[in-house]
Amino acid sequence: MPNDVAIIGVGQSSFVRNYEGSIRELSFEAYKEAMLDAGLSNEDIGASIICSAPEYDKQRSPAALVAEYLGLIPQPTFYVETVCSSSTTGIRVGYSLIKSGLHDLVVVLGFQKMSEISSADSQERMGRGADIMWESPFGTMMPAYYALHARAHFDRYGSTEKDLALIRLKAAKYGKLNEKAVFRKDLELDQVLNADPIATPLKRFDCCANADGSSCLILASAEKAKELSKKPVWIKGLGSAIASQTMTGRETLDGLSCAREAAKEAYNMAGMTPQDIDVAEVHDCFTIAEMMAYENLGFAEPGKGPELIKEGETYIGGKIPVNVDGGLLSKGHPIGATGGSQVRTIVLQLRDEAGDIQVPGAETGLVHNIGGVGIYGNVIIMGR
Amino acid sequence: MGFEKFGHISFTSQTKVADFVDYLEKGEVRGTQCVSCKRTFFPPRADCAWCLASEVEWVAVEGEGKLVSFTKANYAPTGFEADAPYILALADFNGVRVFGRLSNDVPEKDTKVGMPVKIKPISLPGGQLSYEFRTT
Repeated sequence: MPNDVAIIGVGQSSFVRNYEGSIRELSFEAYKEAMLDAGLSNEDIGASIICSAPEYDKQRSPAALVAEYLGLIPQPTFYVETVCSSSTTGIRVGYSLIKSGLHDLVVVLGFQKMSEISSADSQERMGRGADIMWESPFGTMMPAYYALHARAHFDRYGSTEKDLALIRLKAAKYGKLNEKAVFRKDLELDQVLNADPIATPLKRFDCCANADGSSCLILASAEKAKELSKKPVWIKGLGSAIASQTMTGRETLDGLSCAREAAKEAYNMAGMTPQDIDVAEVHDCFTIAEMMAYENLGFAEPGKGPELIKEGETYIGGKIPVNVDGGLLSKGHPIGATGGSQVRTIVLQLRDEAGDIQVPGAETGLVHNIGGVGIYGNVIIMGR
Repeated sequence: MGFEKFGHISFTSQTKVADFVDYLEKGEVRGTQCVSCKRTFFPPRADCAWCLASEVEWVAVEGEGKLVSFTKANYAPTGFEADAPYILALADFNGVRVFGRLSNDVPEKDTKVGMPVKIKPISLPGGQLSYEFRTT
């Protein structure tokens, strides 16, 4: 159980439908919060890693532009992209920069201003995050891909649209408590079940909303963390894996193999099992994605994910509280910022600073962040 | 050149497996097979990453397949709006998996995971070529 790299500062902008400012100003919101949290100033930082998905950015090569605005000159910076998991890939890179001894304080900043282009355009560009030779020519979008996974899960395990709706109701309940979430309304079961079908069996409320937002994490070496932070949160385990981008290359559709592989690596590195996790943030871009995460992370046996949500075990007070900040479904999903936001929630939980959504006594937390439709999988285990 | 003719909208024109489109024109859906290790590839590949070899042969995808999963897309991305709704599906032909659309003749209520399907090359407006899954 290594204690080599810690997170000593976290920040997040509000996630909103339409941020009225530039990407540099959006990025600054999360940076400012994280730097104040860590008690640092810009000359303390050794390097920055800027994470976003370039298809939404009008700016080419945004890393230096953002780093410049953050005052991180002349420190090295570069751009990291794995679509929706960009900022947790940024953590993996930041961890390596610190563990290698190259730097001892690294900023991982994720941002996305999705409102720079129209929703139809963004769906089309997201569709091109899949295989543009062999799948996009049929008119594919993210909801359709996750819908294929949902149907396969239903068919193999007997899970239902209602099981998925229960996940959405949990997200609504906790999203209402999150001042930084884009969706803060109550939802009723009938509303979720009778909503407009987007790509069957997924309906409007099974899908997260696009949003603009930023997140920022300050990573520190063990020495710096002990010197600077009263409550460092340690990175105990890191796992990353990919799966075939083309759907034809996937053995089964009822789970995400990249998540299973990444979880295995992270548990091994941390010397832990799923039972050791007190609180988790999983990548619920669609309700089915959270259902598969329960199983792929080992919180439930394959096919038993529906029982977890039906029995309320993923609420606060349950066996394994999941996405008690509202998840992507309620917070919104600003692609490059999402993973950092998930990590921020876990860091606040482990510091006992999560307020209304605090899981009492949480000592160990997990983040599951997926890029594209099960293409890139990142799992991070953190502890006090 | 040549691959721009594949699909409702093609996003790329150059590939070493552009002959795929010529086979569609002749009424056949083909994948490739590594001459050395005999692995079959669909979508077709020009190179075998296992043998580090670039000698492949074209082999037909045919016969009865099974529907692995499907979804009725009620919304379409930019450029495909006029087509919606349509059913996107993944089908398995004796271990060779193919992604595509199900024929508009098949209503969603009659579509089931595991049901038998065939694969048929089709012509689209504007001289584009594709294939679709059919139940008969």
